[in-house]
Amino acid sequence: MRDVSIIGAGITKFGELWDKSLRELGLMAGLEAIQDAGISSSDIDALYVGNMAAGSLVQQEHVSALIADYCAMAGAHVPSTRIEGASASGGLALRQAYMAVAGGFIDVAVVGGAEKMTDVSDSESAHTLSMGADEEWESQQGATFASLHAMMAQAHMTEFGTTREMLSAVASKNHGHAALNPQAQFPFPIKPEAVSSSGLVSDPLRMLDCAPQSDGGAAVVLCASDRAKEFSKKPISIIGSGQASDTLSLHHRASLSRMPAIAVAAERAFAQAGRKPADVSVAEIHDNFTISELIALEEIGLAERGSAGQLTLDGTTALGGAIPVNTGGGLKARGHPPGATGVAQAVEIVQQLRGSAGERQVKGATLGLLENHGGTGATAVVHLLEVN
Amino acid sequence: MGVPRFWREMPVRYNLIGSHCTGCDMYHYPPRAMCSSCHRESLGKMEEHQFAGTGQIVACTVVYQPQQGYEMHGPYPMAMIEMDEGARITAQIVDVAPEMVKRGMRVKAVFRKLGEDSESGIIYYGTKFTPVEELEPEEEESADSVEAEL
Amino acid sequence: MSGIVSYGAYIPRYKIETTEIASVWGQDGSAMARNLNVFSKSVPGPDEDVITIAVECARTAMKRCGVTGQQVGAIYTGSESHPYAVKPSSTVVAEAVCATPYLTAADYEFACKAGTAAIQTCLGMVGDRQIDYGLAIGVDTSQSAPGDALEYSASAGGGAFLIGRDKVIAEINHTTSYTTDTPDFWRREGQQYPRHGGRFTGKPAYFLHVASCAQLTMKMAGTEAKDYQYIVTHQPNGKFPVRVAKALGFTTEQVETGLLTPRVGNTYSGAVFLGLAAVFDVAKPGDRILSIAYGSGAGSDGFDITITDHIENLDRSATVEQMISRMKIINYPTYAKYCGKIHMRSGG
Repeated sequence: MRDVSIIGAGITKFGELWDKSLRELGLMAGLEAIQDAGISSSDIDALYVGNMAAGSLVQQEHVSALIADYCAMAGAHVPSTRIEGASASGGLALRQAYMAVAGGFIDVAVVGGAEKMTDVSDSESAHTLSMGADEEWESQQGATFASLHAMMAQAHMTEFGTTREMLSAVASKNHGHAALNPQAQFPFPIKPEAVSSSGLVSDPLRMLDCAPQSDGGAAVVLCASDRAKEFSKKPISIIGSGQASDTLSLHHRASLSRMPAIAVAAERAFAQAGRKPADVSVAEIHDNFTISELIALEEIGLAERGSAGQLTLDGTTALGGAIPVNTGGGLKARGHPPGATGVAQAVEIVQQLRGSAGERQVKGATLGLLENHGGTGATAVVHLLEVN
Repeated sequence: MGVPRFWREMPVRYNLIGSHCTGCDMYHYPPRAMCSSCHRESLGKMEEHQFAGTGQIVACTVVYQPQQGYEMHGPYPMAMIEMDEGARITAQIVDVAPEMVKRGMRVKAVFRKLGEDSESGIIYYGTKFTPVEELEPEEEESADSVEAEL
Repeated sequence: MSGIVSYGAYIPRYKIETTEIASVWGQDGSAMARNLNVFSKSVPGPDEDVITIAVECARTAMKRCGVTGQQVGAIYTGSESHPYAVKPSSTVVAEAVCATPYLTAADYEFACKAGTAAIQTCLGMVGDRQIDYGLAIGVDTSQSAPGDALEYSASAGGGAFLIGRDKVIAEINHTTSYTTDTPDFWRREGQQYPRHGGRFTGKPAYFLHVASCAQLTMKMAGTEAKDYQYIVTHQPNGKFPVRVAKALGFTTEQVETGLLTPRVGNTYSGAVFLGLAAVFDVAKPGDRILSIAYGSGAGSDGFDITITDHIENLDRSATVEQMISRMKIINYPTYAKYCGKIHMRSGG
């Protein structure tokens, strides 16, 4: 197995991008990543595309071919693959590309994630998101994606005493970070009180506990480490990659306050990398709902079971704290195009580890963690990135 | 949802038909071809089971932004119910004020509309749940309806 | 002798008061309530319809007596608010009581007497030994045009009777009918709300058919009003049944147990089923009941019934009175939402 590096990164603004189509979002992010990597098209051995729901949202399947074609890769017959795992699509695409390079099949891969949510009505896109849960036995029964997370929040609050203020602190922190990120969908701060008093979506989760529906694209370029210096002065190594699955529906899980697939994926990544949670300098955590960030922190081992809420209140996970989480704004404030998110996380950590995160820079960051999951935790993928 | 997809699950939705693994005694809803615990050992040992329809709420929330088709219900309670045989089901709780629905409440199955394709499409029926106990105090009769005139 | 082996009834949990409806249209609600002798009416929830109510009634009837779905040879559901114009309610009921596939089924329509027509059919098939058990169901969730007089009374509910020969709780000694072409109340295909002939629905319609059928049934049975403990007739409001009963020589005591419209509204095809169920909840062996249904268009089905000892073996703890007392008052906007009078733009 070979070592793999990230040599380029690119990202579009996230938000309601009315004048941008899905294919354009893929191209914009890809071009920026390729230019950043300093490679030419002829260097690209394969494309990996993360996209959750183009079929429902823009009536297009075969997204792999769509992106390859629009990115002018089709003429050279570059192999292109679309990977789907609900909101984990981007992280899964990253892992597939990583394994192909590590396994020696290819040297250079472009990993892109993109999603176009605003071509359909809010009700349609919300319904599409609920396809990440069990459509027959949760959504058809009346459960929304938010209501399932609401039950998880209730369980966590009952079991560990997690409070409304702790949930609000997650959203407020991420908005504070996004205020420093011009590419974020909501680049402005929000007070915790505003989160606590926003409209109820599904008790106890409120409007500002929930990530928005967003358009956007993100891309990274992977390269076999022994060739990385040909292209990049500051290649970032992928030193660990782990993935795990769990039951699709929440009612088949043993516990509502846990997402064990995240723990397993993280264990596998840490084991491969020979590192532990205490070594992590900065992390990107999948906060599609505020409760998800808290549970994920506990599963990864960045917080003791039940204490992620207090950790957040204490400021430990804010910029300036011991382990800053979601310095780009997270899904809540940066935005959440499901196919793009997992790759956007990689882009943020790459900036951090290169020292080029500007006002958001975590000083001396050396080890970064990406946690990306789908559904209510049915798919989880964790990567560890390190300065070379 | 297409007609065949709904039709195929009718007995499961209408009559709470699930499966029971005679190897390990585990009950599943919806039914499985293979036990989630015993895997291939369970092949040939799985039997159909009709759930009694009674159980207890283990988790619940009030949904304020409704799923498609549920707009007329106003904020509605969704719950995860552990049926007495052990399997869990996610379902709406009906005919009770949302704030009265609590973890631990005993509930029973009722037959209701889940939704419809459109005004001209097929109607989907299935099972929801309602509290076993009458919870609210009886409404005071309004003055006009006290005596029915004969 | 064939008759009713078991019964099930259902009234939804919501009600709206006459005064609340009247306040929307600027009418005197108290006067309206007294004129009609209807003070409140049941309202179905947004996820209820004739099929869901029919299933609840059928399941209750079968659970009470232990007859299984596979023993049922026929299911007929009578209503004027079937959810489909084409596709029977009865097949959904059949699936929901595990009676499929070896049975016959169809839906009935005859305004408010569609369900009693089903009783007569099942009696015929059971009596002729084509089947052992048949389910006759009468349920409605009828629509009424906003602001129309019928809005005060058109309500939701109904019942199911399991007809058989074995362990009959209510023998049907005689049944006969009186049928004419009298267009007093109708709804054309594709129209949402019915239309009616105003006061024409009284004397030449309801009263003529109910009284004539009652007289015919009592003649067949060789009985007089005083031979009965109960009379249960169709009840479009709280006044007509009392008037026709008195004209036939019955007292208010004989009418009151089976007269639910003042509190529940007119459940159309469910009305006689619910009235009879209320009587069955309290009846004693030996009690005799005269029941005359009426359906616009027009016709009456009459039944002369005797309660047997078997009724005491039935679990009658869940009563119609309990269903009435648990109804919760809702306001007009909620009622309009639940009844589909507010149309959502689809694909919103």
